[in-house]
Amino acid sequence: MKIRDEYDSREKILPERDKGSTPVMEAIGLGIDFGGLTAVDDFNLTVGRTEICGLIGPNGAGKTTVFNLLTKVYKPTRGKILLNGQDTAGMNTIQVNRAGIARTFQNIRLFKALSVLDNVLIGMHNHISYNMFTSTLRLPTFWREEKKARERAMELLSIFGMEQHAEEEAGSLPYGAQRRLEIVRALATQPRLLLLDEPAAGMNPSETAELMENIHRIRDEFQIAIMLIEHDMNLVMGICEGIAVLNFGKIIAKGTPAEISSNPVVIEAYLGKKKEG
Amino acid sequence: MNNTLGQRRIPMPTRYLINLVLVVVSLAVLHYISAAGIISSYYSKILMLVGINIILAVSLNVATGYLGQLPLGHAGFMAVGGYAAGIFLKAMPMPNLNRLPEGTNELAAHLQYNAYLALALVLAGVVAAIFGVIIGVPALRLKGDYLAIITLGFGEIIRVILLNIDDVLGFEFTYGASGLKRIPKAATVTNVFVCVVITCAIIHLVLKSRHGRAVLSIRENEIAAESCGVNTTYYKVMAFTLSAFFAGVAGALYATYVGILQPSTFGFMKSIEILVIVVLGGMGSMLGSVLSATVLTALPQMLLAFDKWRMVLYSLVLIIVMIFKPSGLLGTYDFSLSRVLEKLLNRFGGKKKEVAK
Amino acid sequence: MSLLSTLVSQVINGLQSGSIYALVALGYSMVYGIILLLNFAHGDIIMVGAYAAWMCMVNFHLHPVVSILVAILASTLLGVIIEKVAYAPLRSAPRLSLLITAIGVSFLLENGAQLIFGAGAKDMSASMAMFTTGPSITLGSATLSFPALLTIVVSLISMAALTFLVQKTKLGKAMRAVSEDMGAAQLMGISLNSTISFTFMLGSALAGIGAILYLCAYPQVNPTMGSMLGLKAFVAAVLGGIGSIPGAMVGGFVIGLAEALVSAVGLSVWKDGVVFAILIVVLLVKPSGLLGHSTTEKV
Repeated sequence: MKIRDEYDSREKILPERDKGSTPVMEAIGLGIDFGGLTAVDDFNLTVGRTEICGLIGPNGAGKTTVFNLLTKVYKPTRGKILLNGQDTAGMNTIQVNRAGIARTFQNIRLFKALSVLDNVLIGMHNHISYNMFTSTLRLPTFWREEKKARERAMELLSIFGMEQHAEEEAGSLPYGAQRRLEIVRALATQPRLLLLDEPAAGMNPSETAELMENIHRIRDEFQIAIMLIEHDMNLVMGICEGIAVLNFGKIIAKGTPAEISSNPVVIEAYLGKKKEG
Repeated sequence: MNNTLGQRRIPMPTRYLINLVLVVVSLAVLHYISAAGIISSYYSKILMLVGINIILAVSLNVATGYLGQLPLGHAGFMAVGGYAAGIFLKAMPMPNLNRLPEGTNELAAHLQYNAYLALALVLAGVVAAIFGVIIGVPALRLKGDYLAIITLGFGEIIRVILLNIDDVLGFEFTYGASGLKRIPKAATVTNVFVCVVITCAIIHLVLKSRHGRAVLSIRENEIAAESCGVNTTYYKVMAFTLSAFFAGVAGALYATYVGILQPSTFGFMKSIEILVIVVLGGMGSMLGSVLSATVLTALPQMLLAFDKWRMVLYSLVLIIVMIFKPSGLLGTYDFSLSRVLEKLLNRFGGKKKEVAK
Repeated sequence: MSLLSTLVSQVINGLQSGSIYALVALGYSMVYGIILLLNFAHGDIIMVGAYAAWMCMVNFHLHPVVSILVAILASTLLGVIIEKVAYAPLRSAPRLSLLITAIGVSFLLENGAQLIFGAGAKDMSASMAMFTTGPSITLGSATLSFPALLTIVVSLISMAALTFLVQKTKLGKAMRAVSEDMGAAQLMGISLNSTISFTFMLGSALAGIGAILYLCAYPQVNPTMGSMLGLKAFVAAVLGGIGSIPGAMVGGFVIGLAEALVSAVGLSVWKDGVVFAILIVVLLVKPSGLLGHSTTEKV
């Protein structure tokens, strides 16, 4: 009962335009234990269809663990995850991706020895429809589908102006470009919710500003929800419509950027008690 | 396909056409020189062995170089294929091509003979592929060294079963340690060459597609592959099965090349030998596997002059190459004739433009 | 002979071969624990040790006790030299290259031995007589022969000594630290090179002892004697949990006993098959082996 009450009240912080439609993702009482250690507990969050939502918190608060739970890299010990109102219990990482969640990784996980284009094409794997027979015999469907996929991949790469690097080896790209490529690859899976794990890590201020613009653009163009973990407060406060703060595996505050930045509990979690600060 | 850098490219169907013409020409040449007796039977035997080893190496490379796993039971699949083909061919009424009865149509006899052989090769591949699925499904749950060890275990079990199954079931099937004898020696330089080409072509065509990209993504980063929605289990088993299929074909060719099969041939050391070829050529490089299979098969023959020293030299070469070139001779470089032609074309075309200016 | 006495004598056989497997498995396990290498040349170190013993006894007519000491020393030295010459240059290379190098070394030792000593087996029953004849213990209708007794006792002492070295000495601690985290151990000032050499030294010394004990049971040497023995010991190491010292001991005895029991019920031709079947079942149920630790990848 209590969960339901809280769930209803959470609707209120959704952006105006997303109210009324089914949220893209709802986590209800989500939790995971590793051995005796509770890493995430009682995690409740609703993400609207086109919301940009931030997940912040000190190091070790369990933010990446939340992403791993949402993508089923870890099986939750407790709680539920609904995608578009549909329960994901029993789904694995692959099925969750097909149901509409794509992600990037904190420690970049590109297909390093493959070309930039191939990285994106692998993201499109499930949206290219020829079968093994067709491809091995090189029937016309194969050529048509491959051509279509390549054109689409180039379009996606052009979001970040990376099309001229399409033939380069992904591992040889500079750090910032690798992070951007991960976003493109995630977008190629046609998600409804994009999870970005520290997208601005290692970027300089001008790169970060450009990234913020691009995240906005991706949301507007693709009409998808984006949830991001980030330590750069300018970025979080600048583009997120809703923010959840995690500390010791629990949400300690939720609200708009303005509400969060003036919340004393959040300030304490980040800076410690006054004496130490 | 348009290139962003505005270079000229040979369109896809033309590329295949160029390769096809080359294959047909070399097949004709090879057939002519082997039929006309220009190469001695000694050399044609080496050529056949080279071809069989190429198929083994290229097929193992699917699982090691492209899928990124390390199976050590490849000889097991080879054995299964070899025995399947051997038993099948012995049961079939193979016409004796050297002594055809009076009045038989020679062409028809040849066709019949080769049809049986083709059937045996496909059968061998299918049986090996079935074993590939049976072994792959449990084994591919493990990773890295554990996968290597479990496939080694399966390979050894196949050998022990082939050795003892007749005694247990009371059949005369594999003839245990004494071996399956008098298998028709149907392998010729020409048909081994055809098999090599078909193997390389199919593996190339499968890998240069979304399926192949899925296989590569598993090698590169399994967790990222899953997060891209790639069904990793399916593609692992697929690549493993494809690898087993062609190992089976190679086994069948080997059976029709030597004419006698003994389980001890297909021990753990045989799997290692194939792995050595793959690693030395460069994992993930088909050309590397082809070259390395050729050199490593021919090398011991060429070193015959050194007699007792040859295996010692062979092992030394192996160690030295690994110390000085750990990624194998060719790394992951893959040769493409079209790419070379394109380079020439572009260079040539570029010069022309300059002149025009 | 009654069924019980057959069983008891087969268990004794199993313990005898099991303790040899365990000694050899320890070498595989320690090396894997420290540099993650499946050291395929380990089995051949046994072979070289056995040839060293043969040369000392038959060619140089040394006293058997001196001969076995020389043999153990030779194996130990060989292990360290192999590491320095063939494996150390590849420390930062892909692991597969290291594996192929190990296979190369194994080929080299086998073919080298064949070149020098010929492919035929050398009989040593006369020279080994000192160790194969002695008082035996009668257990009901089964007997615990002198070589069996010697093998089991020597193995147990060696394992106890190894456990002491690894648990109580400074080098042992360094070894455990390196196998836990090579980078962190180096930052703590542990010398990687000497620790790895020490590991190879211990493993190869045990292989040398294993060679002598093997000769007590089967007193003949040939160039390929190490390969099947090595493979079985390797299976034992994986079975017990590769990288785990107690695991290697347990694995060795499990393999030895399993083989003996399969032979006891008259299925000796299936011996190898059963060993590998056990391996597969254990790996599928508990991939890290009986006493191994599983590791998970951080995402």
